[in-house]
Amino acid sequence: MKKIRLEKKTTSSGFSVFLNSVLFTGVALVFCAFIIAAVGFNPIEVYSKMFRKAFLSMRGIRKAIESGLPLMLCGLGVSIAFRMNLNNIGAEGQYAVGAIFGAAYVLYGPELPRVPGMVMLALCCFAGGALWALLCAVPKAFWGVDESITTLMLNYVALILLSYLCLGPWKAKGQNVGQTEKIPEIFEIPEIPGLEISLAFPVVTLIALLLFFFYRCTTSGYQINVIGKSLTAARYAGINIRKNILLVLGLSGGLAGLAGFVQYAAVTGRVQENMPNNAGYTGIVIAYLSRFNPIVVIIVSVLFAGLQNSSATVQVMGVPAQIATMIQGAIMIIVIAGDFFQRYKIVFAEKGGKAS
Amino acid sequence: MNLIISILSGAIVYAVSVMYAGIGETFSERAGIMNLGVEGIMLMGAVAGYITAVNTQNLALSFLVVLLTGTAFGLVFAFLTVTLQADQTVCGMAMLTFGTGLSGFLGKDVTGVAANLKFQTMPIPLLKEIPVIGPIFFQQNLLVYAMYVIVPLSLFYIYRTKYGLYLRALGENPAALDSAGMNIFAMRYAYVILGCAMIAVSGACVTLANTNFWSPGMTAGKGWIAFALVAFSSWNPLKLTLGALLFGFISCLGSNLQIYLPGVPTEIFSAMPYIATIIAFILATGNFRKVHTAQPAALCKPYDRESR
Repeated sequence: MKKIRLEKKTTSSGFSVFLNSVLFTGVALVFCAFIIAAVGFNPIEVYSKMFRKAFLSMRGIRKAIESGLPLMLCGLGVSIAFRMNLNNIGAEGQYAVGAIFGAAYVLYGPELPRVPGMVMLALCCFAGGALWALLCAVPKAFWGVDESITTLMLNYVALILLSYLCLGPWKAKGQNVGQTEKIPEIFEIPEIPGLEISLAFPVVTLIALLLFFFYRCTTSGYQINVIGKSLTAARYAGINIRKNILLVLGLSGGLAGLAGFVQYAAVTGRVQENMPNNAGYTGIVIAYLSRFNPIVVIIVSVLFAGLQNSSATVQVMGVPAQIATMIQGAIMIIVIAGDFFQRYKIVFAEKGGKAS
Repeated sequence: MNLIISILSGAIVYAVSVMYAGIGETFSERAGIMNLGVEGIMLMGAVAGYITAVNTQNLALSFLVVLLTGTAFGLVFAFLTVTLQADQTVCGMAMLTFGTGLSGFLGKDVTGVAANLKFQTMPIPLLKEIPVIGPIFFQQNLLVYAMYVIVPLSLFYIYRTKYGLYLRALGENPAALDSAGMNIFAMRYAYVILGCAMIAVSGACVTLANTNFWSPGMTAGKGWIAFALVAFSSWNPLKLTLGALLFGFISCLGSNLQIYLPGVPTEIFSAMPYIATIIAFILATGNFRKVHTAQPAALCKPYDRESR
């Protein structure tokens, strides 16, 4: 007679985390297939169409990388905050404010030569996102106000502001849709010659690598990890928590603001009314699935962007575009559930005997 | 005068639609489980009720489906957070994403379809004749009247009954309850499910009472306002009512002022409830004098018997 029981694990390797995530992502896809079938579509047809469009052509991959750029930056921004147990749910708004600051610089900023001009534009977007995040970081650092609610509420304010500007004072002339004038050519991020991939992609990858080494090799990065693991231990070790909250939320918002920059200067060329388009929220899902590892964020972002692009191709079959959000949510729920096996292992033991 | 009456009665309608979610979330958080997915579950309740209404034209059945949807989501959330002891913030975000996506996906056939079925305004005879108070309080729909009963009942339950005491202990010190022989896991499951069912009812308020249509993401942050109200009210249903009324008032004031102040961009009025929430939230929960907060001590902490 065998008896099944659960035993706590003390460690889990990076590889087993990876394997677990992949396995449970598969389970989530199967789960969603049932929902798709229940609504009256053929799930195999839907999936194969989506997969073929998104990942089996050079054009699909190129598009996935391009639309993955803002997701990467939002994901990186969110993961740095989540690492310190700061729930920054405001990437969406920080992205929007980054874009607003960028558009403001293009409209009212001084004229500069190409390279310094682009750096200034990026800095403006970064500052916009960081400022928006600091609006929540200051109450958090000084009075302990929960950041998840304030960051979230500011999303709505930022989006309302963005749509006001795009439909009102900054609206491009002779257009029906809410968007600004096309960005002047000197601000446009060029493509890598021969590859047709925006130069922003290697830059964002570089940022991810820098963050990776920031966590691993610097004192600040170490402090963030300690605060995230145990606030009490960090306080006991004399780490300045207030300073780190301001630093991390500011950086987190700034990275989300840069998402506005890449979208503006590399992808759309205009600031649009509904520009973030849920990238901020998707960034949270990406950050969690990547276990806050910046390099994994890049890969997962491209996959998610492909998923989102492909949802547009099945729309012609009548499948709502929300299918992408649904699949993302299901993946997250089921991978979280699967994480249970990271903390526990199933042991088959002889009744009354030792564990085998 | 008519304007004031219309603003105030509108405020009540708005308040009630966030209060179901708020009180549900209060129960859940009092039990130690924070559910960040309010918005997603609200959307699911809204769409589930509306789909049933369109297809069956049966209001009672629609309401039942709303409750069942909430229960199902509650069951999943409780399984993740209580049994599997997963991180509650992340689970909440997952429920939010999944609920938002699934509601948009399932609602494709009823987007823009009129159900012509909702909780109608039912003026209460006699009481509705009272000047001012009558039109404000007693010319509402059934869901609003139910809320008049739920608030005192939940207050009585939390602060005056044995089970309310257990509930408060559940969020403060579950280990003590466990020692007293209570089943922590069953109690947490029950309160999370109750909370989610009430959150789903909030969604029904949106599609089956206040308006009568469905569009993806139509709750527009109401779930988050409800979530903020819970902490804002220090986990007390009475204060939550006051907070909800205040936000209902601000929101209706905005939409009414719009007509009288045509020069001001309408965006300012639509941003007002959110800005008011942030400011009120900072003022209400900010620890300015370093005092003890009302937050349940075990909130967000999974209960693990082995590491008691």
